[in-house]
Amino acid sequence: MSNILIKEKAIVIPGETLAEGMDYLPGDNTYREGEKIFAKLLGLVGISGRVIRITPLAGPYIPKVGDKIIGEVIGMTMNGFRFNTATAYSAMLNVKDASSRFIRNEEMSSLLSIGDSAVVKITKVTSQNLIDLTMKEPGLHKVTGGRIVKINSQKVPRIIGKQGSMINLIKNKTGCNITVGQNGYVWIKGTPDNERIVGEAIKLIEEKSHQEGLTEKMDVFLSSKIKTAPAKVEEKQ
Amino acid sequence: MVYTKRLDGRKIDELRPMEAKAGVIPNADGSAMFKAGKTTAYAAVYGPREMYPRFLQNPKIGVLRCHYGMMPFSGSGERIRPGNSRRAQEIAMVMTKALNNVVDLSAFPNAVVDVYVDLPQTDAGTRCAAISAASMALADAGIPMKDMISSVAVGQVDGTVVADLCYDEEAYDAIVSDVPVAMTHNSREITLLQMDGEISKDDLIKSLRMADSVLDKVYDLQKSALKERFSMDKGAEK
Amino acid sequence: MIVNNETIAHLAKDNQRLDGRSLIEYRQPIKIETNISWTAEGSAKVQIGETVIMAGVKLSLEKPYNDTPDQGGIMINAELLPLSSPDYESGPPGIKAIELARVTDRGIREAKAIDMKKLCVTPGEKAWFVIVDIVTINDAGNLFDAASLAVLSALKAAKFPVVDPETGAINYKKKTEESLPLLKEPLAVTVYKINGSLLIDPTSEEEKSYDARLTVASDDNGTISAMQKGGDSPLSIDEVEKICDIALEKAKFLRKELNAALK
Repeated sequence: MSNILIKEKAIVIPGETLAEGMDYLPGDNTYREGEKIFAKLLGLVGISGRVIRITPLAGPYIPKVGDKIIGEVIGMTMNGFRFNTATAYSAMLNVKDASSRFIRNEEMSSLLSIGDSAVVKITKVTSQNLIDLTMKEPGLHKVTGGRIVKINSQKVPRIIGKQGSMINLIKNKTGCNITVGQNGYVWIKGTPDNERIVGEAIKLIEEKSHQEGLTEKMDVFLSSKIKTAPAKVEEKQ
Repeated sequence: MVYTKRLDGRKIDELRPMEAKAGVIPNADGSAMFKAGKTTAYAAVYGPREMYPRFLQNPKIGVLRCHYGMMPFSGSGERIRPGNSRRAQEIAMVMTKALNNVVDLSAFPNAVVDVYVDLPQTDAGTRCAAISAASMALADAGIPMKDMISSVAVGQVDGTVVADLCYDEEAYDAIVSDVPVAMTHNSREITLLQMDGEISKDDLIKSLRMADSVLDKVYDLQKSALKERFSMDKGAEK
Repeated sequence: MIVNNETIAHLAKDNQRLDGRSLIEYRQPIKIETNISWTAEGSAKVQIGETVIMAGVKLSLEKPYNDTPDQGGIMINAELLPLSSPDYESGPPGIKAIELARVTDRGIREAKAIDMKKLCVTPGEKAWFVIVDIVTINDAGNLFDAASLAVLSALKAAKFPVVDPETGAINYKKKTEESLPLLKEPLAVTVYKINGSLLIDPTSEEEKSYDARLTVASDDNGTISAMQKGGDSPLSIDEVEKICDIALEKAKFLRKELNAALK
């Protein structure tokens, strides 16, 4: 007889037995050996019908076509810009994909220089995980002003929330512009105090991402912080 | 003379007091601390990340690379000269092999997952503490693994098979054998096995079976340390 | 990322920082723990914000140097462990580790913090030599200050090992109750200049966008025992004076934290 051994939203470690018997199916980040299904990494259990999957609580960002990410220019070649995307892999933004205007080689640094960050989109991922980027679509641009914070990419869905509920809550309460890259970089622009509050809120969500009722907790957190924001930080020494 | 009472009063299959904690190094992608008696190991995982030197890259699968180091003040005698000793290199190598049995880096071609383990104090069982810490750090980093690896040193002291030898037992004035073992949890397969000293075949098998039974305690500690990172009341503590 | 560097510079001009601290505020928590390594003669683990550093003292009996036959010696070493940051690689210490070691060393040595003559056992033949090793566990910025605090804590906590009176051999596993002959307690405080403003205890990001820095080691009397200027931009004499004022005041603060922890 088949037996499921853990509950929905339980936290499991690699190798933990999730179910016995052939009635259940191994979903993402699980594997079957003999009659048992095991977890393949540290994460949260999710059960949909007969499929058991694990949502990772940590882990690297896996680049996907169509993802909007934030990257940093680390080099320039004859044809474009090399980006650091917080992956192990090289990412290229060809100059013809960087702007709808025609840009000559000598003008490349007017668009982007080494050290600049930009919101870009992944257009191609090869079998060796080499990444092609574009900056030509609306919503894609060089980043100026504000600050960028880094969180684990697995927590991005929690930062955004169901249909954007979490990110919109934060935006409304703080009045900041916020762009969340799927690779875990988040660009925040507003007043320095509000930017800092957004940064703290995001770190808090990252830490508690496995908990329930996070949106309500964030609402309370933001309300308390915004109240005291205009006051100068008290000198403790 | 048979070694019936252990130097520190433990039972023959009793492990030293252990402590484990995950997520202790914020800069790392995953990290852990593992302590057995007076041996403490810190492990940090960085990766998958770009691998240098380039010629070591594997286009089919990511590479696991372990590093082991003892801090200069961690030896029970004189200061240890900093530098990658031959002993450290060998331990790093057997650690890598032990952990490679369970990690799955097929999604990360050409990349490397670096595991650094450093020890601030030692009292035997150093490579065992290192592997137990490294296994936790890899899990903490979200690296796909089919199982955890737990490790302890077993062996025999003057005819008695014991688990988790301390330094004084390793140095005991009689025939001693020190057998570091690492095993997977589910299939109970050995991924690290070394031996120092003298032991009969029967005692060797007896000590391996003892390892099999005591390693559950190490595993339980690793498991609760990893889950503790995400316990419900953790958020209040900052 | 340039965007953060520019924001840090803009905020600094208005006396603000990314994390909302004041310019002369240390991060919290500040934690100091001694005797974290039973194999060291003295050891400490110091945490400032997310930066964590360990220091361990090892003692040995050696022949004194020819020019100081009645004195022992001290040497401070530092290793930036790859485990503490994605920026560090295995291998011999690079210039950052060397600077950290030498600046911390001078702070203790030039303050004559240890009575070298009291370390002498037999003039010309045997004296105690002290080696302190600094090791990074998590580098989140401001290694200079954390290292100086860790080294002083470790020195204060250190005890001489037992020496066999007949053979002269050191029994490292047994400690005496005797502490090191410390005359002074110097502490280093590093002040950074970013876009004209002076601040202390930078995060890693602030460390990547500074113009100049000055490390000032001082003892409990306010006497300065070591200095080191870093960074590509120059400092005016006025700025140096302001920095010294900040460093002396903050060293007092750190000393209070240290004494509270050692009680």
